[in-house]
Amino acid sequence: MQEPLIRLQNISQSFDGSIVLDDLNLNIRENEFLTLLGPSGCGKSTTLRILGGFVTPDKGKVFFDGKDITSLPPNKRQLNTVFQKYALFPHMNIEENIAFGLKIKRKSKDYIRDKIRYALKLVNLDGYEKREVTALSGGQQQRIAIARAIVNEPRVLLLDEPLGALDLKLRQDMQYELIRLKNELGITFVYVTHDQEEALTMSDTIVVMNQGYIQQMGTPENIYNEPENAFVADFIGDSNIIDGLMIEDYAVQICGQKIRCVDAGFGTNKPVDVVIRPEDVELSTNPENGFLTGRVTSLIFKGVHYEMEVMAGGFEWLVQSTLCYPVGAEVGIQVKPENIQIMNKPEFADEKAVSVDA
Amino acid sequence: MKNICQKVYLAVIFIFLYVPIAALVVLSFNESKYMSSWGGFTLKWYENLLNSDIILSALQNTLIIALISAFTATVIGTAACLGINNMQKLPRTIVMGITNIPMLNADIVTGISLMLCFMAFGFTLSMQTVILAHITFNIPYVILSVMPRIKQLEPSIYEAALDLGASRPYAFVKIVLPDIMPGILSGFLLAFTMSLDDFIITHFTKGAGINTISTLVYSELRKGIKPNLYALSTIMFAAVLLLLIIMNLPKKQKS
Amino acid sequence: MRKQLAAGPYLLWMTGFIVIPLLLVLYYGLTNEAGAFTLENVLNITEPQRLAALGRSLKLSLICTGICLLLSYPLAMILKGMSKAGRSGLMIFIFILPMWMNALLRTMAWQVILNRNGLLNTLLSTLGLPTVNIINTNTAIVFGMVYNYLPFMVLPLYNVMVKINDDVIDAASDLGATWLQTFIHVLLPLSVPGIISGITMVFVPALTTFVISDILGGGMILLIGNVINQEFTFTANWNLGSGLSLILMIFILFSMFLIAKYDKEGNGTAI
Repeated sequence: MQEPLIRLQNISQSFDGSIVLDDLNLNIRENEFLTLLGPSGCGKSTTLRILGGFVTPDKGKVFFDGKDITSLPPNKRQLNTVFQKYALFPHMNIEENIAFGLKIKRKSKDYIRDKIRYALKLVNLDGYEKREVTALSGGQQQRIAIARAIVNEPRVLLLDEPLGALDLKLRQDMQYELIRLKNELGITFVYVTHDQEEALTMSDTIVVMNQGYIQQMGTPENIYNEPENAFVADFIGDSNIIDGLMIEDYAVQICGQKIRCVDAGFGTNKPVDVVIRPEDVELSTNPENGFLTGRVTSLIFKGVHYEMEVMAGGFEWLVQSTLCYPVGAEVGIQVKPENIQIMNKPEFADEKAVSVDA
Repeated sequence: MKNICQKVYLAVIFIFLYVPIAALVVLSFNESKYMSSWGGFTLKWYENLLNSDIILSALQNTLIIALISAFTATVIGTAACLGINNMQKLPRTIVMGITNIPMLNADIVTGISLMLCFMAFGFTLSMQTVILAHITFNIPYVILSVMPRIKQLEPSIYEAALDLGASRPYAFVKIVLPDIMPGILSGFLLAFTMSLDDFIITHFTKGAGINTISTLVYSELRKGIKPNLYALSTIMFAAVLLLLIIMNLPKKQKS
Repeated sequence: MRKQLAAGPYLLWMTGFIVIPLLLVLYYGLTNEAGAFTLENVLNITEPQRLAALGRSLKLSLICTGICLLLSYPLAMILKGMSKAGRSGLMIFIFILPMWMNALLRTMAWQVILNRNGLLNTLLSTLGLPTVNIINTNTAIVFGMVYNYLPFMVLPLYNVMVKINDDVIDAASDLGATWLQTFIHVLLPLSVPGIISGITMVFVPALTTFVISDILGGGMILLIGNVINQEFTFTANWNLGSGLSLILMIFILFSMFLIAKYDKEGNGTAI
């Protein structure tokens, strides 16, 4: 297997006695769009700051292209950061902001001018050279921050919640822009966000983090469809997470009912967490048609589907369906075996991190 | 390494700032009249201070001037803030510009100008003229403290009070005033300490025979340092320290 | 409309005690004792003695401002670093506290230290070192000025510097700037408003003081402030005193202009 572009090895970091990262290992391949996803305080931003060189980890090493860069200062690294609140230099205009890194590297005037024009075109802000930073909207400032970073031709672009301060519509537009940019530039993006939708839309690889541990790493489909633990299941999309008992291979008991599933290898009579996505819960008007019967307790129209809560077997099920069942209706609940995801209950410290609120 | 450099630097500045004060405090307890020798511990300079009618009356004058001028400045200044905040841009800029003058101008010019004004309009220089002068340079400090509070004031909370049936005066007293009160209080204390500390403006606007602590120290110093001035310094420093701690307490509780 | 009336008393006060008095200085400065217009009072500054006093004032206040800036800038940077860790409150308090003590007594403390047989010389001779003769020299006056006005520089610098976003500093180094380049191209330009208001807040009182030179100069070193003070308190020549004050006003107006230009948010004047 090819050597990854960036390798984080046994990274530990704590601030004022509280552990932020604990023995973290992470490989980032050349040319991938990797997203660090997790709630605030999960260590994702610290990981990014370690990559950028703003934080030197207490323990562990950072390798870039095979070389140890753990104690290399930020100005010597071949990666650039797009900061959360843009961090544009307020005393410089757009042109001077973008030229900053190039002037430091003593590039020629012509080169700098061409680069600025190219970068502004790339972020769809041609002709903005002479404008002042304060005259731009948040979205425009974000684009300038990106332009300022990419003119330096970094091999990796680090983005720290770059869309966090933008409104919903603009955020969605910028997601497509970022994908396009990444494809045009052909460089590696490391992206930090707490927004699961952003992560699912843009990433090649998602790293779900909580409390300083990596919970799961994989493709968006993989993370969404096969969450490895309750934290990931809960954090990515909506989920019904139910206490269950693995009776034997391919059979699990939930809410007192034994049903079929496709998982095996958990042993017999073992307590497990059972994850069922709300869109995978099938309702029918005939209560006999299902392994459980329940009563609809709430109904909300969400546009593409209805969202209902169904009280059944002592558990409140979240259900998404294009069919509408009125409040009070008796319904049967059915789930296809392949839509049932079985997970071990957490046992160790790093696994316990999964049980904490998202 | 960087940390050590920083600490050394802080220590050097700290020593520069506090050694002179510490010297005065130590000397105030020195039995010997000469600063170069230690004659043992004594409280006689404090005793001497408390028995000096001149110093006590200067102290009394200082406190009266500071209290009256700070209080008057706080009332006028707070009202001014409310008014200025509702002005159009141009008059507001002009008024705030003029308000800045006493703060940025040299004290000597402010002092002279007030003195000329008092004389030109037939006032006799006295304690009253000093108080008028102090109110003048204190108002800008009150405005400086209160104005940011008023600007931060959420207009909707006043409107909410009206909406809930409060009369305008009631809403002002119960809602607006408590919100800007920290600014008013710190404005008052700032004005009070500025007034306590002032020498130059008092020097030009005071009548003959009236002294504040500052003007008394000035005339005493021309005759040479007497050890009871050390005692006075120590007491003043302790008083300022106490005042500032009180001033900063409410802020700390909030944050 | 009614709310604006609250400013009424202040507007009257402002007119009576700020505007009119300054106009009176102008009037006295530009007239002779008979009330006729003259430039004599202002031009009196060209007399060698007066010119020397103004020159000395400018020299000492510039030196004092320079020293204050050099001492305060690193201090403000350190305090900014501490404010990130949330530990700056007490530190600021410590470095500002002496400012609140009576200025005359603070200046007197330096007389105690620098006197011919003061604490410094006592210490030096105890250590077997030669004594120094600082009191009643320009050096003593600069010491007194720096001691009195240092906090006026620290505060505005700190106030501006805590508002500089740390990400901006990180961004500069991310884009390849060394520490020095970051300092020159980012930190320094962004702290200009604080530097300007710090400079004016130190320069104006230092230029116009007569107290510090009286106490630490032993009445032998005359600054422009001493000259003006004499005209008012001893010779009672108000016209001449006002005329010389007008010269000072030129410098003061210039610094006000600088503040207005750079200090739009009014950071510097905040105590």
